[in-house]
Amino acid sequence: MTVSPDLDRRFREAAASLDLVDVGFDVVDSPIGDLFVAVSDRGLAEISFDTRAEDQLELLARIAGPRVLRAPRAVDLARRELDEYFTGRRRSFDLTLDLRAMPEFTVSVLRELAHVPYGETTTYGELAARVGRPRAARAVGTVMNRNRIPIVLPCHRVVGSTGDLVGYGGGLDRKIALLELEGAR
Amino acid sequence: MEAVAVPPFERFYAEHRSEVLRLLRRKLGREGAEDAFQETFLRALQAYRRLEHGEHLRAWVLTIARNVVVDTVRRTRPHAEPEEIGTEDSRPAYEELASLTDGLPPKERAAVVLRYGYDLSYEQIASALDSSEDAARQAASTGVRRIRRRISS
Repeated sequence: MTVSPDLDRRFREAAASLDLVDVGFDVVDSPIGDLFVAVSDRGLAEISFDTRAEDQLELLARIAGPRVLRAPRAVDLARRELDEYFTGRRRSFDLTLDLRAMPEFTVSVLRELAHVPYGETTTYGELAARVGRPRAARAVGTVMNRNRIPIVLPCHRVVGSTGDLVGYGGGLDRKIALLELEGAR
Repeated sequence: MEAVAVPPFERFYAEHRSEVLRLLRRKLGREGAEDAFQETFLRALQAYRRLEHGEHLRAWVLTIARNVVVDTVRRTRPHAEPEEIGTEDSRPAYEELASLTDGLPPKERAAVVLRYGYDLSYEQIASALDSSEDAARQAASTGVRRIRRRISS
């Protein structure tokens, strides 16, 4: 027996408004493609360019608890801030972030990354120096590559020491698009 | 053997929602089923965090649904006998116990079947029956005593 879209929607809405989910997620559209966005009880937990939810749910359950449910209402705030960012009306995000289950080094790099201003770029080496590990540029690159919350934690603003874009978890096209949006290219 | 992990709720919901709705429609009709559907999965969400493993989740959620049916019938027809808790769940474990547990009060029957048919913990049974662990244990043991008396008489 098929559950009607309306019944399904009402359940998901009730679950989110009664605070019964550990992680609510939804797919949010953006100029650089659909984004999988997940918000836990502690804040924004994941943004992914891979919108096949199946791959992300187990990870999210391990981090934040098993009640992982698609619940559009739960990501409303994140959706709004992302919309504002993509339409040029927002330069920094006010969302709280859920950085649970990340190694200490990763967290310190990401916190430093969050300070790289809109429209500017830095290098892997510079970022490594700023967390007190000047020789760890490569490790910083790995952290960027595995960044669970791209866009909001702006790993697209980190480039190679010669100015090469180097790489991006979501593909170089997206990195270029984000830097162009911010007027950094 | 390692216990089966509790799956993310989205998967659990996707897997069981059709069957839950089918059961509720049969018991309550199309309109009543919609509220009961929501109630069933909200109760499941409430208890989901406390689950220790992901086994027998089908039996667990169908029991929650039957419990919602009983509550709904009580609420809408306060003087009617609560509807018999269904026997359409034809898993072998349930079938074996079905004849033995016939005639037990619904809560005791559910507790006995979940405990001895599906090997659910009292914690899981409590959340399915929307009661405390102690009450679930009590219901199962009263049910078993009742069955014993009947068999020996």
